[in-house]
Amino acid sequence: MVVKKQERESLVHERYLRHQKKFPHVWCAGCGIGIVMGAIVRAVDAVGLSNDEVAMISGIGCSGRMPVYVDFNTMHTTHGRALAFATGLKMVRPEMKVIVVMGDGDALAIGGNHFIHAARRNIGLTAIIINNSIYGMTGGQYSPTTPTHAYASTAPYGNIEQPFPICQLAEAAGAAFVARSTVYHARELSRFIAQAIQKEGFSVVEAVSYCHTTYGRINRLGSAVEMMRRLKDNGISQQAYDKLPEGEQSGKIVRGVLVDRDIPEYTQLYDQIIAQAQQTVAA
Amino acid sequence: MASRLMQGDEACAEGAIAAGCRFFAAYPITPATDIAEVLARRLPQVGGKFIQMEDEIASMAAIIGASVGGAKAMTATSGPGFSLMQENIGYAAMAEIPCVVVNVQRAGPSTGLPTNPSQGDMMQARWGTHGDHPIIVLSPSSVGEIFNLTVRAFNLAEKYRTPVILLMDAMIGHMREKVELPPPEKIEIVKRVSTSVPPEWYKAYENTPSDVPPMISFGEGYRYHITGLFHDERGFPTQRLDEIDPWIARVFRKIEHNLRDILIYETDQVEDAEVVVIAYGATARSARHAVKQARELGYRVGFLRLSTIWPFPEGKVGEVAERIHRVIVPEMNLGQLALEVERVVGRRKVIRVCKANGEMIAPREILDAIGRG
Repeated sequence: MVVKKQERESLVHERYLRHQKKFPHVWCAGCGIGIVMGAIVRAVDAVGLSNDEVAMISGIGCSGRMPVYVDFNTMHTTHGRALAFATGLKMVRPEMKVIVVMGDGDALAIGGNHFIHAARRNIGLTAIIINNSIYGMTGGQYSPTTPTHAYASTAPYGNIEQPFPICQLAEAAGAAFVARSTVYHARELSRFIAQAIQKEGFSVVEAVSYCHTTYGRINRLGSAVEMMRRLKDNGISQQAYDKLPEGEQSGKIVRGVLVDRDIPEYTQLYDQIIAQAQQTVAA
Repeated sequence: MASRLMQGDEACAEGAIAAGCRFFAAYPITPATDIAEVLARRLPQVGGKFIQMEDEIASMAAIIGASVGGAKAMTATSGPGFSLMQENIGYAAMAEIPCVVVNVQRAGPSTGLPTNPSQGDMMQARWGTHGDHPIIVLSPSSVGEIFNLTVRAFNLAEKYRTPVILLMDAMIGHMREKVELPPPEKIEIVKRVSTSVPPEWYKAYENTPSDVPPMISFGEGYRYHITGLFHDERGFPTQRLDEIDPWIARVFRKIEHNLRDILIYETDQVEDAEVVVIAYGATARSARHAVKQARELGYRVGFLRLSTIWPFPEGKVGEVAERIHRVIVPEMNLGQLALEVERVVGRRKVIRVCKANGEMIAPREILDAIGRG
């Protein structure tokens, strides 16, 4: 049976969203988080996973509300700790695909320690970090990815801190797969997420988004549409970025698969530990 | 029965394995590290899994995640780590996830006295996380009892879908003692309540007659939502009073209606007593000795030893106190259990024998309090 593209899309939503009673969602009109959610369910569909074999775990913040809407095994945990909860689940259910959705404050400030250690262990989780450069739900305080000099409700004189480069951090900490795209490039984002889900080992996808309600307003960046246009204009490939003269590189968002390497995955290594320990007991 | 010389922390680890614990996550901390060391070696032997997390916050989170995946799960720590775990202990209480948290107490606050015992976390074990919630706290006073209460802690956690705290201390954790381990077939093992209803009917937080809703693990085909927000019967966030109030009532009811099963204590010579010593944990060892000596000296002294300290066995304490004049409460803190005893015994005199400097309370000190009359 040939299903038209549009019909197939609606089937994806039917299949993977909890459509009864759960909508409308909590996010502001024009927010990018819904686009990331769409990209995730399309990725799950593209990989051909059943709802039952997927778990979605989140922390606290705007992104933390996503698991309510998707028809997977879902868990909305405490602030910053989603990866630690997910680690326990993955250890006892290694066959499950565990997707961890976090915001930039959630993953990198309060949860920064768990982020680098999950990467270091290379445990088979997919971490999706929706980076909107701000704490949105609490009203626009500066986050670990707020650009230097930008304004926030707690940086009324401009931010004097440096932003974390999420992808480089993940790479240095030991992640097996690292990719970055934006909510404007939704198809590409979905493709990267599909690759990340299939990767054995810790995979990270940075989904660059925006918050027009708080960050956009205080920094006079215009509406959601204007902020989206900026993602379109600034999101470029690594090759295009490398060709740019130095002065023009600033403010660009490098899109693409930045790291894809084969490192032994943690739960598989632990299975070897079990085999070894049981052999010792038998002997 | 196999009798052997065993360290307290080791008895806890072996009790966990006997109870069916198959996941343990922890962060090194004296005097609880020995539990992690034993389980790092023992768990893979029985097909279980051990992980050393990056901190105690992560350890607590990981055992909740593992329990949601279907494993009986435990962590072990001491004061500083127990403080870090509090938020996620509240999450386990809110989301009704069975798990066991061992706190081998050392003297605090802060870094305190890392290798000296304390009972300073008695109130923290009850009220450490924010908000109102029920909790079960057990406190053993010998190596043998550590084994048995660890098994019991798992059974209660699974049966009532609640975090259970095993409050040990550095003294009994590091002590070696002869223990008689029950044969495996004699150990009662409780599994969490499950259900066979079709997935579309399943409600993870249903108001059942037992007040404990069946719990199905992630990955079993029953997809549902778990959250630390107040939630409805299906686990979805709610702000409706007609859904919040029944939840609060139910989670307290599931503990309060089962006190007969949950409360563990032991009395000795209280029938004719004029004075009763109430103690728990390592202090109970000194108390027992003091009571024996006092009896030999002709004092009519009784002994009530608590193994369950939360919910506080107020019925039993009140009953024992009814016929007497004085209650003596020795504690390695500045009077935490004493507050509860005072609440229950009315105008009867409560004499505190307190020490929070990392030193054990000697039988002599309790005997003096008995003699002072």
